[in-house]
Amino acid sequence: MGRYVIRRLLQMIPVFIGATLLIFLMVNVMGDPVAGLCGDRKCDPATAAQLKKEFGLDKPVWQQYLTYMGNVFTGDFGTAFNGQKVTELMSAAFPVTIRLTIVAIVFEIVIGISLGVLTGLRRGRPVDTVVLLLTLVVISIPTFVTGLVLQLLLGVQWGVIKPSVSSEAPFNELLIPGLVLASVSLAYVTRLTRTSIAENRRADYVRTAVAKGLPRRRVITRHLLRNSLIPVVTFIGTDVGALMGGAIVTERIFNIHGVGFQLYQGILRQSTQTVVGFVTVLVLVFLVANLIVDLLYAVLDPRIRYA
Amino acid sequence: MRGATHAKWAACAVTVALAATACGGGGSGGGGGDGSGIVSSSWGDPQNPLEPANTNEVQGGKILDMVFRGLKRYDPKTGEAKDMIAESIDTKDAQNFTVKIKDNWKFSNGEKITAKSFVDAWNYGANLKNNQKNAYFFGYIEGYDKVHPEKGDPSAQTLSGLKVVDDKTFTVKLSQKFSTWPDTLGYPAFAPLPKAFYDDHQGWLSKPVGNGPYTVDSYTKGSKMSLRKWDGYPGDDKAQNGGVDMKVYTDNNTAYTDLMAGNLDLVDDVPASQLKNAKNDLGDRYINTPAGIIQTLAFPFYDSKWNKPGKEKVRMGLSRAINREQITETIFQKTRTPASDWTSPVLGEKGGFKEGLCGDACKYDAEQAKKLVEEGGGIPGGTLKVSYNADTGSHKEWVDAVCNSINKALDNDKACVASPIGTFADFRSKASKQELDGAWRAGWQMDYPLIQNFLEPVYFTDAPSNDGKYSDKEFDKLVNEANGETDTNKAIGKFQDAEKILAKDMPAIPLWYQNGSAGYSDKVSDVSLNQFSVPVYNEIKVN
Repeated sequence: MGRYVIRRLLQMIPVFIGATLLIFLMVNVMGDPVAGLCGDRKCDPATAAQLKKEFGLDKPVWQQYLTYMGNVFTGDFGTAFNGQKVTELMSAAFPVTIRLTIVAIVFEIVIGISLGVLTGLRRGRPVDTVVLLLTLVVISIPTFVTGLVLQLLLGVQWGVIKPSVSSEAPFNELLIPGLVLASVSLAYVTRLTRTSIAENRRADYVRTAVAKGLPRRRVITRHLLRNSLIPVVTFIGTDVGALMGGAIVTERIFNIHGVGFQLYQGILRQSTQTVVGFVTVLVLVFLVANLIVDLLYAVLDPRIRYA
Repeated sequence: MRGATHAKWAACAVTVALAATACGGGGSGGGGGDGSGIVSSSWGDPQNPLEPANTNEVQGGKILDMVFRGLKRYDPKTGEAKDMIAESIDTKDAQNFTVKIKDNWKFSNGEKITAKSFVDAWNYGANLKNNQKNAYFFGYIEGYDKVHPEKGDPSAQTLSGLKVVDDKTFTVKLSQKFSTWPDTLGYPAFAPLPKAFYDDHQGWLSKPVGNGPYTVDSYTKGSKMSLRKWDGYPGDDKAQNGGVDMKVYTDNNTAYTDLMAGNLDLVDDVPASQLKNAKNDLGDRYINTPAGIIQTLAFPFYDSKWNKPGKEKVRMGLSRAINREQITETIFQKTRTPASDWTSPVLGEKGGFKEGLCGDACKYDAEQAKKLVEEGGGIPGGTLKVSYNADTGSHKEWVDAVCNSINKALDNDKACVASPIGTFADFRSKASKQELDGAWRAGWQMDYPLIQNFLEPVYFTDAPSNDGKYSDKEFDKLVNEANGETDTNKAIGKFQDAEKILAKDMPAIPLWYQNGSAGYSDKVSDVSLNQFSVPVYNEIKVN
């Protein structure tokens, strides 16, 4: 187990370097970022040159990349164009997005899995059909539609929530945005759980458990659900990274100043430091989430061993 | 039935979620009509650090307008440059100026404002080492080429044209005659700076200290700034409210939604998609007033195909092929006015705006358009590419409309195509490096309400914003003469003469004048936009 974890951690290094290099190149291909800083007029050449020097943009790309990576390992993610340290931006943005992601994941787990179990046990019954239809609707409607409609109905028409989240972004204000962010994944979790449960319901070990006379609740939670969760956990695990990086739409609609907002701003202003810094952290989140998922397998199914 | 309990449980979770969110709602700062109420306003994240000489876009400019006052201030209604801190600015030759400042001004930290506060701030702004994006504003002052050389390190730290005479007086020597120069001093870049700015620069940036009607109470970069009324403000344009909370929005649609829901008092940028509804939603609380912004289509004079005699006929023909009325009405919901000169209506007749100066060349006439383009030898390359940045400002819609209009008028599907460029930075980079072929969208937002500002930086030979490299000796000569003219009326006349050359050459097709649009809640009154389309915050009253 320990060796497995170490091996996995070592494997992350090339993935990490490759991913950051790709992003670095992509942002650089977009052209000269300093030109956009002066608005609809030309920067005077001397100031532009000076700014380029300050941000290290006057050097060849490979050299920029090496300096950048060197700095990253010492915890220095550089400075964004508005003069703020990227680490400062991160410390403001990540807590917000993490809260949003937690809300979304909790919704996925609680609603998604319970609906999945419910429908999996009652396949073909009206409940199943209704939930299946509902998930189909949710999956087929884009997030920004759900978001805008909920914002309009709950925020403006009925005044149940504030249409925009305040800059502190406490948990209670993030509930609806979290639900919107989770909606599509939630539908998938429901469907995955449903299929998995329905399949395992006829498995030998479930029949044995029932034959032993175990209470129904125990059969479902300890035997059926635990074994059915592996695909679901895999999905939720990878979804953590996807939710954090993909919250741009939701964050924009509900005015959440999280990772999505900073990334969007960074891309618009072609701020290499901001974009690469944030994506670097997101890549790490993705990798760690995947590792945790793999480790969870053994918890769910002791037959799985790591070597 | 067991299933039912599950369903009930899920329903409960959602109900709890909704209820909890509802609890999250709360009131904003109250206050009656006693001038202590707080206004909440939408804001965009400023692109650059908030320093007077480093702020060149509207979002940062809004804050500077609240926190700073300079020698002059543009009257929010007429645009006239009025003395603020300046007691007098005198000159005999349009080149040497003596500035006297008023006695009673101080910064909000108690420091007195002296002639040195200005001279030091200007020297700081001009110095290349400080990377100030507005440094070129000091370019007219003698010695600028020493502190801000085009290449290499500065050979002087201070502008030789600036001299402190005593606490209340300083003199300015310009490197050329520029009679209307004092009128440029309302621009925020010319604001005075307190000692704290140099002593603790980082600290100052995180909480700017100025001399305006408001002080910065708290500033969370990227999300919120709270400004409060400064009771010790010596000026006569004191704040009529207790303060302003600026809230950064990720999207102006959300800001508009918040206004509708009653969570926000002021939106100073109504999103294009809501323009149709704004009048119905807001009634009188929707503002749509002219701002000092003109949109044009610029042409590449660095490309010999466009820089041939006779091609002015093609440009004129293209201009006549654009149905400005229709586009401003259908696409912009009348938040643009068809342009008929190269300035802006906010200048007023007295300031040099002249409706119709462009003449027939700016009037839609498909037949004439076709004739002119043919006479001029057709569009170079057969197709006109119109470049624009696709990331912000919803330019796609109107560029497509302009192209449609041209194609229809010229009866040729391939006469004009839109050519999007991914980001604004890339678009600007291509434009300033003369890498665009065909025409491109060019916008000009004035720095100060002077006709000079609409012409010289954009069309003078090798001027900083002359991306198309247009050059005309006669035009340059007239602009120089106008700048040397001490009589303002005569100077404006000369500028208009120069503008008539643009009408003949059509280096850029004037499209429309842009309006500022804003909406406000019924909790506030006396809301207006100035010529820069920035709300006049200090005049807003909270009911």
